[in-house]
Amino acid sequence: MVAVPARASRPGAWTTLLRFSRKKPLGAAGGVIMLLIVFIAIFANVLQTHDPIATNAAATLAPPSATHWLGTDHLGRDIYSRILHGARVSLLVGLGSTLVASVLGGIIGLLSGYVGGKTDLAVQRVMDILQGLPLLVLALVMAAALGPSIPNVILAISIPIMPRAARVIRSSVLSIREFQYVEAARALGLTHLRIAFRHILPNTVGPFIVLGTAQLGSAILTEAALSFLGLGVPEPYPSWGRMLSVSAAEYAQKAPWLVLFPGIAISLAVFGSNLLGDALRDTLDPRLRGA
Amino acid sequence: MKTYLAQRLGIAALTLFGMSLVIFVLLRLAPGDIVDILFSTGGYVNPSERVAIEKELGLDRPLWLQYVDWMRHMATGDLGKSYRYDLPAWEIIRPLLPVTIELATLSMIVAVLLGVPTGVISAVRQDTTLDYSLRVLSLAGLSMPSFWLGMVIILALVAWIGWIPPMTYVPVSENFKLHAIQFALPALAVGYRSSALIMRITRSALLEVMREDYIRTARAKGQGERTVIWNHALKNAILPVVTVIGIEFAFLIGGLVVTETVFNLPGIARFLVQAILWRDYPIVQTLVMFIAMVVIISNLVVDMLYGVLDPRVRYGS
Repeated sequence: MVAVPARASRPGAWTTLLRFSRKKPLGAAGGVIMLLIVFIAIFANVLQTHDPIATNAAATLAPPSATHWLGTDHLGRDIYSRILHGARVSLLVGLGSTLVASVLGGIIGLLSGYVGGKTDLAVQRVMDILQGLPLLVLALVMAAALGPSIPNVILAISIPIMPRAARVIRSSVLSIREFQYVEAARALGLTHLRIAFRHILPNTVGPFIVLGTAQLGSAILTEAALSFLGLGVPEPYPSWGRMLSVSAAEYAQKAPWLVLFPGIAISLAVFGSNLLGDALRDTLDPRLRGA
Repeated sequence: MKTYLAQRLGIAALTLFGMSLVIFVLLRLAPGDIVDILFSTGGYVNPSERVAIEKELGLDRPLWLQYVDWMRHMATGDLGKSYRYDLPAWEIIRPLLPVTIELATLSMIVAVLLGVPTGVISAVRQDTTLDYSLRVLSLAGLSMPSFWLGMVIILALVAWIGWIPPMTYVPVSENFKLHAIQFALPALAVGYRSSALIMRITRSALLEVMREDYIRTARAKGQGERTVIWNHALKNAILPVVTVIGIEFAFLIGGLVVTETVFNLPGIARFLVQAILWRDYPIVQTLVMFIAMVVIISNLVVDMLYGVLDPRVRYGS
């Protein structure tokens, strides 16, 4: 065995990034949008001009101005500051549920694909059940069952997404399982668990990342819809979806900024993750192109 | 073919059975039931009254028995009684169905009319500015919550022509024009979103087909570009497009849940949310099973269509 200096021949992180942005300008734009939102979420406290929760009876439904950049809502809360803090909730729920779904689905897909046979068949049927309802409908029932809180919303979104992760990982495990190096590992007498997690799992990283970015957008959208319907993130956290629900009926005509800005924030976040997800898919996993 | 169909129907039945368990357990997990809600809103405090209501609704019985009862009733076509309205579930749901079906159909028409042509144009003009703009536009459609888009459409109408569409349901028999507008707006909002997926699939499927030999042959024998694309290429590219249309149709209901709420249309999607909030178990159970059935049937129809559209597809071998 000769030690191959694998690292030396690999381009550095900056070169890779630069090459990526030159080949996939839209993907890079998506990455920039996402970084911006992460930045906003982290520094929401610094960037805010008002307390996002503080009400102000003297300035209800104020239009955008120098003091309230994006106006105020029916309780006089500053929309700009609330949108900054809403980024935290959206990212937390979006990333949280994508992560939970990918890890849970990944483990299930890995094991059921590796074990195969009757176990695989049974797992597949359970996944069928979870996929038998539109994402939002199942999330809606789950959110109602679990009660409103941030961890519960994350769970309510991740369970319906989970089968997608399980399916993708399972199918790549099925092909990897037949490779010779897996046979070699088996011949060496390694335990099944070790083969599955040490030898097969690392090779599913590509589809895993692609899947994660692809789901992030729909997780953020689902959170917005749940919160809009009053089954999502509870008060006092400012959530983009709930900001829309307050404004929906009564104030929309008097104060269109209540509708416009939170919706733009949601769309931008989902747009960014979709752009990034598309580009990553094309780069990391050409087999999934067009899927 | 027959064994394949039987197999699929078996799996479908199994899925529905599993779904019934999932939904039954989830609803009972939910904190509070209809009695709690009645008591907190009605202000009753008499505990004996509470027990009486629970007994009347059968909520005092063991869970497994409640489930068996539900299954037994379903088998005889009895969908149960709404807790809140004290009416048979079917009687409440039936008038809501046409609204949702109409909205879903209109949205799908918008999605196909918008998605397929833009997908074709995008593929034909691959990597041009037009292609990029169309792709960004469709990705924007995927990124906007359709209910928000609906709200923005209403806002734009108010701002530009100072007119707001009626926010109470107008039946078609009452005023056709208002009815049409009332449905066209949410159908545009929801259809735009679905069109994005259809556009993307059309584009990538067409790009793939355009590389094949028979396309070159068609061109070589002097056929016009238009005929090559619409008659030769699209015919073979349509299969994945049909899949997406089928899947989208089933999953449209998810998008309708919020859109029906925003436009205040009395369809099943909006009613589902209300029934969930009220813990009206019979209604939620019936609606969820219904939606699951729509999903399963449209998946099955799509698979069957494969055989019709593509003679190379064979079932069950």
